Amino acid sequence: MIRVVLPFHLRTLAGVSGEIAVEATPPLTLRRVLDALEAKHPVLRGTIREHGTLKRRSLVRFFVCKEDWSERSPDALLPDEIVRGTEPLLIIGAMAGG
Amino acid sequence: MTKIRLLVGTKKGAFVLNSDAARQQWQVNGPFFAGWEVYHMKASPVDPNRIYASQSSAWFGQVIQRSDNGGKTWNTPGSAPEDLKGPEGFPRGESNKFVYSGTVGTHKWYDGTQHPWEFKRVWHLEPSLTDPNVAYAGVEDAAIFKTADGGRTWTELPGLRAARGELWQPGAGGMGAHTILLDPQHAGRMYVAISAAGVFRTDDDGVTWKPINRGLKSQFELPDPDAQVGHCVHRIAQHRSRPDVLFMQKHWDVMRTDDAGENWTEVSGNLPSDFGFPIDVHAHEPNTVYVVPIKSDSEHYPPEGKLRVYRSRVGGNEWEPLTKGLPQSNCFVNVLRDAMSVDSLDPCGIYFGTTGGQVYGSADGGDSWTAIVRDLPAVYSVEAHVVP
Repeated sequence: MIRVVLPFHLRTLAGVSGEIAVEATPPLTLRRVLDALEAKHPVLRGTIREHGTLKRRSLVRFFVCKEDWSERSPDALLPDEIVRGTEPLLIIGAMAGG
Repeated sequence: MTKIRLLVGTKKGAFVLNSDAARQQWQVNGPFFAGWEVYHMKASPVDPNRIYASQSSAWFGQVIQRSDNGGKTWNTPGSAPEDLKGPEGFPRGESNKFVYSGTVGTHKWYDGTQHPWEFKRVWHLEPSLTDPNVAYAGVEDAAIFKTADGGRTWTELPGLRAARGELWQPGAGGMGAHTILLDPQHAGRMYVAISAAGVFRTDDDGVTWKPINRGLKSQFELPDPDAQVGHCVHRIAQHRSRPDVLFMQKHWDVMRTDDAGENWTEVSGNLPSDFGFPIDVHAHEPNTVYVVPIKSDSEHYPPEGKLRVYRSRVGGNEWEPLTKGLPQSNCFVNVLRDAMSVDSLDPCGIYFGTTGGQVYGSADGGDSWTAIVRDLPAVYSVEAHVVP
């Protein structure tokens, strides 16, 4: 089970509080986790990745085990800590005022 | 008992303000969609409890929300009530999918080069006059989308961008399709206004569109005095009984057409400034028009720090300031283009919101004003609805 932490705006949109647990098919990558997240919460489609291109929205960042994975390939394998669920995947809104 | 409902979109959420027909005591509900920008909300004319809302964020994109009970609860739309929530109780809607039709194409960028169309947000929602499941969305980058399933799915009407879209360019606030007027008398006719492209009209329900900007002068932005497109139109308004007459607040100049946009003439008259954003028409007097003059395109606040609505009772050119109850010193707020609305009671009510978070209302056609609420986030839009 993968643990995902959403930013405030997306938690309220999805109607959840706290972390979300999602099941994804190995080998586990960002793309597969996001696919699983959007399948469970269709309302999140288009809010993290653009419709159609599935490119990361420019003001959304992905943090994995204290590293910024935003610019990494969505097909890069996630580390064991994420796979085992000892660390969450953090999806955050970029610090950009507002 | 007749009620008045004000739908207020702000920089940090939505508010629903309710009053009885006296319009003296108001109940403030909200914020809904806290932390999100709400550019616009509007109710169906045939079912005022069906409300569409545009919720957006530069971070997380566009979401359409819908209420079927007058704003008490909201959902991302599904096709039927049982579809609104999944088995785990989570919203299932995918109402945020706005994808341009066919080849995306390019428009003019600030520096004059061509730039690809990029969807950013819905600026304006216009529900159908006859079917609560049909609504139109004016979006940035400028285009018009239509839903026929209550907001669940949206499809572009691409004929609008075919009307010289390669020459459109963004204004300071972006390239938004911000006004949609549905003609109540001529089937298939509607108008769209875009900053900075101009006004466009369709007579075939959105299949084909043509620019209708003859008479607009934008000498500082458009050297060509006969330019068909590229004009920074801020807002247009019409009266239901006389839909061929339109009033326009342009970047500079207040304009009027009597022939459905074929020709425009300036009616700025004695206004202290003819720059501004909103314009609206009295519910029962087709020649009574309201604007809020703003000092200039660089100084977005009222001239002399006095917040004044100006009213013309003769369709333009002769304007009177309406000041009773409005701040007449040290006021430096703006009133945005979608932030003024009238109700259909008699006497007509008129309302506007400011970037300072105040919503002002007048229950006597503008003669006197009171602050309904003073400290909301910056107000983007106000829509008034009478609820039978």
